[in-house]
Amino acid sequence: MTLVTLLNRMPGDVAIGIIWGIMALGVYLTFRILNFADLTVDGSFATGGAVAVVLITGGVPVPVAMAAAFAAGVLAGLCTGIFHTLLGIPDILSGILMQLALYSINVFILGGANKAIGVGKYNLCVSMLKVTPSIVVALLISGALIAVMYWYFGTAQGSAIRATGNNPAMSRAQGINIGLMKVIALALSNGMVALSGSMMAQLNGYTDVGMGRGAIVIGLAAVIIGEVLCHAIFRKNSGFLLRLIFVIVGGIIYYMVMGFISWLRVPTDGLKLFTALIVAAFLAVPYLKGKANSSFRKAGRRGANRE
Amino acid sequence: MIEVKNIYKTFNPGTINEKKALNGVDLTLEDGDFVTVIGGNGAGKSTLLNAIAGVWPVDEGSIYFDDVNVTGLCEYRRAKYLGRVFQDPMTGTAADMQIDENLALAARRGKRRLWGWGITASEREKYREMLRELDLGLEDRMSAKVGLLSGGQRQALTLLMATLVKPKMLLLDEHTAALDPKTAAKVLATTDRIVEEHHLTTMMVTHNMRDAIAHGNRLIMMDEGRIIVDIRGEEKKRLTIEDLLHKFEEVSGEEFANDQAILSK
Ligand SMILES: Nc1ncnc2c1ncn2[C@@H]1O[C@H](COP(=O)(O)OP(=O)(O)O)[C@@H](O)[C@H]1O
Ligand SMILES: [Mg+2]
Repeated sequence: MTLVTLLNRMPGDVAIGIIWGIMALGVYLTFRILNFADLTVDGSFATGGAVAVVLITGGVPVPVAMAAAFAAGVLAGLCTGIFHTLLGIPDILSGILMQLALYSINVFILGGANKAIGVGKYNLCVSMLKVTPSIVVALLISGALIAVMYWYFGTAQGSAIRATGNNPAMSRAQGINIGLMKVIALALSNGMVALSGSMMAQLNGYTDVGMGRGAIVIGLAAVIIGEVLCHAIFRKNSGFLLRLIFVIVGGIIYYMVMGFISWLRVPTDGLKLFTALIVAAFLAVPYLKGKANSSFRKAGRRGANRE
Repeated sequence: MIEVKNIYKTFNPGTINEKKALNGVDLTLEDGDFVTVIGGNGAGKSTLLNAIAGVWPVDEGSIYFDDVNVTGLCEYRRAKYLGRVFQDPMTGTAADMQIDENLALAARRGKRRLWGWGITASEREKYREMLRELDLGLEDRMSAKVGLLSGGQRQALTLLMATLVKPKMLLLDEHTAALDPKTAAKVLATTDRIVEEHHLTTMMVTHNMRDAIAHGNRLIMMDEGRIIVDIRGEEKKRLTIEDLLHKFEEVSGEEFANDQAILSK
């Protein structure tokens, strides 16, 4: 493969990266704001794709199909929230259960394991056939979502969700219904994830029930890459708005790196291993940094020197 | 008026860890009563405050705030009537949120949290004034994360948050126990000022007998999930530590000396 092929595929990778970034905004909402590791996203991403493809091929206008995908994601998040708050199932397990349930539901919606859209026939919002306009549209949608999130987390309800994620005991003492806040946050998060899934299906002209496999890890990768970069550039001046923007940036960078690695002819199946390792490494960094500052080994050495 | 009528609470009933933490507590507080609560470790002081706050349902008995029967209300629904400060300074505030954001959360206690602004410019000005009165320099750091504050600063802030919306009752559970003596004295002085200013009905648990005597107009002592001593009015004003030790021996039949560490002077 030549450098030209790498450069040629770059715009497409950017488009895919932005769409993963939109999914990562949903992951940011649960993982960073609500402090809830929500594994539903692997399922709800594919749900978004399935709902959109079925509706679009059924003749429904594209914006309506995307709104329906969002609504389907909201429902999925609602179910996870109910598993967790009303039925007392631990957070990770609630997500896993919903992810499993969604697999069957997605097959049912699609009427099979995968389905193509037939790209030329519909007026899709993003498509690999017209990459540059797709990038613009995807950026506009991310911008709108970021604006809404920025506004929402400044409202009384959004603040209550942040408080719930930060300190549940304090939140209850301040009269916040933390169960309700978790359900709302999970619903909104999965709505965004499903919307992103509906865009990915359009971009590829095709959807597959396995499309969301590993989405949570990709979302985390985007969130973490964005955070590291944002911190490196803006240090302590990084407000909420910048952090949201850098989630999208993180998605783009993640997918460009993936593109680069597959250009090196690493087999695609190896990519997931690579992603997992990268995310594990970044998640471990804060812990290891703390360890480096105060470790038993160092304390032991200091103790030994003194003798 | 706050009425606690004959409440019982047993933790882990029917197991080897069964613990009868409240054994028929009756307590009526008049408006503006400031009650200090003392008692040995495990006497049930925190459990009584938690029962009033609705952390879990009581097994028997009922709790009234004025004419409202709150026995069946869960913690977050009861919160609109209550201001609370906890022993651990980490518990009462959201560490990753700003000082002013924490206050704004507290200002909306008991109100519906919808899509109005989480904090407004005019609120900020009001908070700046209130923080100035705390005299901890927080008024110039309103957009700092609360996690950066010291324990004493966090407790003072929590106190402000607990009383921002005037509660029917203020519950203080050893809120100065985790602080150094000097900071503890400052937070206690702030407590007195705020309680007096708003004429708040207050329960304050403390390990420190001197504080229990010096503050409030009424003192109760708990033991094994019961109120065993209840002193008020003139008698409370004249109370000495010796009196208290004597009372404890009289009522519980135990030698107090063993408990020195627990009810430290
Ligand atoms: N949530 C709980 N679960 C089980 N046991 C509890 C719980 N809360 C308190 N207890 C027990 O009830 C007794 C009274 O505790 P507490 O009210 O915290 O005492 P204190 O007077 O020191 O505040 C103790 O034996 C304690 O172990
Ligand atoms: Mg206690």
